[in-house]
Amino acid sequence: MSVLSVPNLLGIKHLSKEDIELLFSTAENFSTILNRRIKKVPSLRDITIANVFFENSTRTRLSFELAEKRLSADVVNFSAASSSVKKGETLLDTVNNILAMKVDMVVMRHPHVGACDFLAQHIDANVVNAGDGTHEHPTQALLDAFSIRQKHENFEGLKVLILGDILHSRVALSNIFCLLKLGAKVRVCGPPTLIPKGIETLGIEVSHNIDDSLAWCDVVNVLRIQLERQKDSYFPSLREYARYYGLTYERLSKLDKEITIMHPGPMNRGVEIESRVADHPDHSVVLQQVENGVAIRMAVLYLLASNPS
Amino acid sequence: MSKVLLAGEQFEITLKRLSAQLIENHGDFTNTALIGLQPRGIYLALALQRRLETFLKKPIQTGRLDITFYRDDFRRRSEPILPSALDIKFSVEDKKVVLIDDVFYTGRTVRSGLEAIQAFGRPSIIELLVLVDRKYSRHLPIQADYSGIRVDTRSNERVKVKWPETDNERGVWLLTEEESKTVKEQENK
Repeated sequence: MSVLSVPNLLGIKHLSKEDIELLFSTAENFSTILNRRIKKVPSLRDITIANVFFENSTRTRLSFELAEKRLSADVVNFSAASSSVKKGETLLDTVNNILAMKVDMVVMRHPHVGACDFLAQHIDANVVNAGDGTHEHPTQALLDAFSIRQKHENFEGLKVLILGDILHSRVALSNIFCLLKLGAKVRVCGPPTLIPKGIETLGIEVSHNIDDSLAWCDVVNVLRIQLERQKDSYFPSLREYARYYGLTYERLSKLDKEITIMHPGPMNRGVEIESRVADHPDHSVVLQQVENGVAIRMAVLYLLASNPS
Repeated sequence: MSKVLLAGEQFEITLKRLSAQLIENHGDFTNTALIGLQPRGIYLALALQRRLETFLKKPIQTGRLDITFYRDDFRRRSEPILPSALDIKFSVEDKKVVLIDDVFYTGRTVRSGLEAIQAFGRPSIIELLVLVDRKYSRHLPIQADYSGIRVDTRSNERVKVKWPETDNERGVWLLTEEESKTVKEQENK
């Protein structure tokens, strides 16, 4: 199979296992290209891509922009803070105005769930979801799974723990969909207030005990505690969170096995993850995740753009 | 019925002649690298590498170049093309490079190859070696420096090269119009 089954990347939910594997094999090619002296290929030289960000983002936006430039696409950037959205323009009007300038693809991040689906229904350009509210963040899940694949041969039966704030995390949901499709077993762990009710119906396990969960898993993906939500009192204090749910060196050294440590960033060192764990030379793949992010996004853009529509 | 263009002993003689021509121009290969174009040019590159190494009794630098991302028909085909592996573990800066492909037809693959190779450095010379040169069919002003056989073909015919690595036999066939159609349909599936 050499074509994605979808014209837009709105979420992992819509992808098949074959789609994900096609994205991985293409990303491998881009990975070798990114390690060359000249890291650029001319594939998308007649494609224009708009990065439309209605919510702050540094690394995702940077990673997308780098991926687009490595593929020789023309890039226009748009951020809500400095735009006419502030003046009351609707989402569709904003994007249609950008498309009137002959843009072929739109990469969008939006604070509202489903904003990308809405957009895809109304415009002809390919839409890539770079995060919509607390819903999905598909490229992050793909790069996480791609990084796991470099450490572990097989997803079948692999145990992956997602630790932290599951309630507000689009990374968690996309990761769950992606890992389940690939055949892995998934467990989420965190304080009861930060785990959405009914999430076990997705086919995953739920636990509130970190030590028991660490003993269970082969890979742990630590999610960020969103400090800006701290005022909503989901837990008493950061110090208490760090004590009960922080991934510490002490906790890991109690285990009789080695597990792969991941974090999608940005990290709150000393809260959800200890520096000694985050910087572990053998087990932490945090920086590989960032590196793989560019290759995965190149694969997404390349395959969507080459899809005959 | 497809027509045999090259097979058996004749195939071996052609490979030996191409190796001999390469040695004539490149001496002991101290500053020369062979680059096979993916997907099918690599088998010819490997076949020549083996013969050169036996004759010169030293390793010959050989790489494989994938040109998928450099093609000029992106978004113009009904099916996207998937990339193959790329494997060039040396710099081609100031080296003599011999690009190798099995069938030389419109010249577009070679053009992409010329662009792709620049990402690995600036070679001092680039030459082109092909097994089958389909005459009078070029879309671009590119010619081969070495060719195994030169054949007259019509545009609706196809030339098929088989290698032991993928097809368990070795030879070059000219497929009839009918057969070419079937092959094309299978490839598009």
